[in-house]
Amino acid sequence: MSKMTNTLIVASAVATAIAGVATSAAAEGDEKCYGVSLAGENDCAAGPGTTCAGTSSVDYQGNAWTLVPAGTCATMELPAQADGSARMGSLEALERDLPA
Amino acid sequence: MTVSQKDFTAGILDPTRPAPEGLLDGKGAQTSKRFDVYRNNVAVSLTDALVAAFPVIYKLVGDEFFRAMAGVYLRTHLPDTALMMYYGDKMPQFLKRFPPAQSLAYLPDVARLEIALRESYHAGDATPVSADVLGTLAPEALMAARISLSPALRIVRSSHPIFGIWQSNMIADAPALVKRAENVLVTRPQFDPTPHLISDADADFITALQRGHALGVAMSKAGQGFDLGALLGLLLRQGAMTHIS
Amino acid sequence: MFDATLHTLPHKPGVGYKPQHYSDITARPGPLGWLEIHAENYMGDGGRPLAQLRHLSEHFPISVHGVGLSIGGEGRLDPDHLTRLKHLVGWLNPASFSEHLAWSTHDSHFLNDLLPLPYNAATVTRVADHIDEVQTALGRKMLLENPSSYLAFAESDMSETDFLKEVVARTGCGLLLDVNNVFVSATNLGFTPQGYIDAFPLEQVGEIHLGGHDEDQDDDGAPLLIDSHGREVADPVWALLEYTLDRSGAKPLLIEWDTDVPEWPVLAAEIARAAGALNAVPA
Repeated sequence: MSKMTNTLIVASAVATAIAGVATSAAAEGDEKCYGVSLAGENDCAAGPGTTCAGTSSVDYQGNAWTLVPAGTCATMELPAQADGSARMGSLEALERDLPA
Repeated sequence: MTVSQKDFTAGILDPTRPAPEGLLDGKGAQTSKRFDVYRNNVAVSLTDALVAAFPVIYKLVGDEFFRAMAGVYLRTHLPDTALMMYYGDKMPQFLKRFPPAQSLAYLPDVARLEIALRESYHAGDATPVSADVLGTLAPEALMAARISLSPALRIVRSSHPIFGIWQSNMIADAPALVKRAENVLVTRPQFDPTPHLISDADADFITALQRGHALGVAMSKAGQGFDLGALLGLLLRQGAMTHIS
Repeated sequence: MFDATLHTLPHKPGVGYKPQHYSDITARPGPLGWLEIHAENYMGDGGRPLAQLRHLSEHFPISVHGVGLSIGGEGRLDPDHLTRLKHLVGWLNPASFSEHLAWSTHDSHFLNDLLPLPYNAATVTRVADHIDEVQTALGRKMLLENPSSYLAFAESDMSETDFLKEVVARTGCGLLLDVNNVFVSATNLGFTPQGYIDAFPLEQVGEIHLGGHDEDQDDDGAPLLIDSHGREVADPVWALLEYTLDRSGAKPLLIEWDTDVPEWPVLAAEIARAAGALNAVPA
């Protein structure tokens, strides 16, 4: 592509971009502050007693693990296969199909 | 008999060790039960911080697996600042090496996306440029223009469908997952980080802008099949451009 | 315009601010007179947390309560953390700044809990040096809060109240008296909470905290109280508050609720009860 063509493409793209931007009034006052806040904050509370995570007998070196991931990874709906059949299952399978 | 903070810390993190000597209950007797209160506070509070930081990873692996994994993570990656909002920044590397998570090779990239969303939430504020500014530039000036992007903007590239995985765990009626590599652009119009699926060319263009290249150069980095108008429109609508020079 | 009433904590009920209560708090404060925030949650670069805080600080006096400075730490204070704190206190110019008699960082690792200290001369010196450093950096007086205790140190050779008096004498700092912490510690360590209040230098108190605790059991079946901040303030703690206010006079009085945070009306009821306790104090 020549430099001239590129410049024209850019000018046209910018015109498209600007045309697609609706003017929206900024939220006023404290309205803009309201909304979902992320958790994960510092606080000064103590945990629930003495017999939970801190004293569990789980092997924290990771050698004696028997747990396997058992959340939505086991049930996320995967795309239909080449033969058209839908399947449910671990995304584990998805991994094997992806290029390395 | 003194209990150093070094010994106190070591005792807290290793539940198989006896409580340090010199810690007493109300009757003046050596106590380990009382020490367990601190063991528990530390482990539970750091685990809860990770649950809050990685809602998608939490859903993917389930409560039991996540909490046990957090127990391993927190003992090898204690926070290095007091800011819990950033705790978990080493989670992608940890997941790459954590043997029980190896069957889910996409987890590290999902963790990178969750970190990007959280960083975006707390990033600095900047006033977006209005679309008109772009419109006043002559074509040649546009090609040479340098565009500054919002401090809240992030890009996460992945060879896994991380956008689809995020959607299917975080929004109702998410579209079906497609088996493919996906890149995510995170923008923050006002205060809410928003993920968008973008192409490799889009990601290359934005990365070039971030490196300070002029728009014309960034376009050439993006290569064939790049839709400049669509991407600029997205960036404008999301308030992601903060300065044009 | 500088509004002096926003830069002093009033002798009214305050509440530990939680973002989910933003609209409730801005809409109908009732007897709510001020807000407390945890400093660390407002040390990000921008976004909604700081926007909310800027807005709230135009309507309420704000108390900044640090939970991560590790004032009792054996190591030096984290200079980066102190810089962040100085920045926050600088732009916000809050009515009060307070921190805990505790440590939470060892060898640059933050443990996210308020960990206990032995009470002896060596700890007094360390804590006083760190408070001096904080007060110098911030250019203001700070309040130091009494902890919830689950155990005692064999190496302690002074009482907590004597320890606090000595720190106040050396640094000129004020105190934050957490009445629930007194009750929790007294139950766990076997002293009388009223005796603790009698020995406490109440004239140094700039703020009082109230929160809920959980009840667990010690090895011998005796109650072991946990400072969970996850429920209503217990009745005996309200009684201890009354005992305290009779002796101290009215003070800024904070309701803390940090875990299992309820809907606003539940907190509003606790605030109303705190207002009642303050109204009962003779002028």
